[in-house]
Amino acid sequence: MKIIGLVISVLTGAFLVYAAVDFPAWSDPASPASTYLSPHFIEKTMEETSVPNIVTAVLADYRGFDTMFETTVIFTAGLVCFFLLRTIRRKEPESRHYRHMLTGVTIQIKEGHKLPPSADFERMDSLWTPPDLIIKTACRLLIPFIQLFALYVIAHGHYSPGGGFQGGVILGASIILLAISHDLRTTIERMSEKLVAILCAVGVLIYAGAGALCLLLGLNFLDYSALAPLLHVDPISARSLGILIVEIGVGVAVMCTMIWIYNNLSSAGKYNQGL
Amino acid sequence: MIWQLDLAILTLVVMASVGALMVKDLLGAAILFGAYSFMMCLLWSIMGAVDVAFTEASVGAGVSTVFFVAAVFRTSRRTKD
Repeated sequence: MKIIGLVISVLTGAFLVYAAVDFPAWSDPASPASTYLSPHFIEKTMEETSVPNIVTAVLADYRGFDTMFETTVIFTAGLVCFFLLRTIRRKEPESRHYRHMLTGVTIQIKEGHKLPPSADFERMDSLWTPPDLIIKTACRLLIPFIQLFALYVIAHGHYSPGGGFQGGVILGASIILLAISHDLRTTIERMSEKLVAILCAVGVLIYAGAGALCLLLGLNFLDYSALAPLLHVDPISARSLGILIVEIGVGVAVMCTMIWIYNNLSSAGKYNQGL
Repeated sequence: MIWQLDLAILTLVVMASVGALMVKDLLGAAILFGAYSFMMCLLWSIMGAVDVAFTEASVGAGVSTVFFVAAVFRTSRRTKD
């Protein structure tokens, strides 16, 4: 079986390499892709959309429909992780363990009872490991700067590499860093499961809603120049602003999907303390 | 494009991918896959596709490595059935 697999993958690789020879050379000006489409984007993007970064303009404006479904794919991935992993009807654990944070004394509370919420005690599971003060403090210092950078990446996607996807991933990663350095319960206190799930859908809704609004205002789906009268700008700047609205939607959706997948994956759907 | 740099990174990409397949430990495979993604990110940026490189660095090397590690932590050394 192993040999058959090896033969198949070597053959496929050989065919791919053989086919790659037929590709036009790297940055060949005579290749089909750069004969009429690329010159149009390179020459006209600035005057049509007033966006200096051509990649962002192509991604969110010229091929906006494609990107909308990419966002939907990411949303679906989060949804699938939720449905596969989340244990909805969980059995109440037989006893809960709480740790007094100053002294480290652990108390056990029998089935069906809870400790009233207090700042001195934290709940712990059987997998509990002592928190590392250096890691905790370093991550607390880092996270605000990571989030600031992510917001910059989203907002500056018009002018430099970046945009909703990358910024959203970095925002999500900052929250995941909090979950890794502290524990999952700390994260869920700040962003509850419901909020994450709703924001996921809201991100996709912002994108599709911007498109539908253009349709309502009398132009094509996702033709942002229709938004000009609403935003009080000329149609060309409206396309630039429309891209920003859409990027924010993508950013929100991607951020929450990353957090959602991580929450389900790291606690195996039980939403306890995680890794 | 500097061909020496290109060649060195391509060699590292192949080494990382073969290593990720060969290594027995799942955590090691996840880390090697992250290294592979970083090398791919360098390749994209050498070819001038900075947006793609940025996505590869944040999604491929960053978050997906975290997901792999989280999934590996939920596996056991032997199957339960």
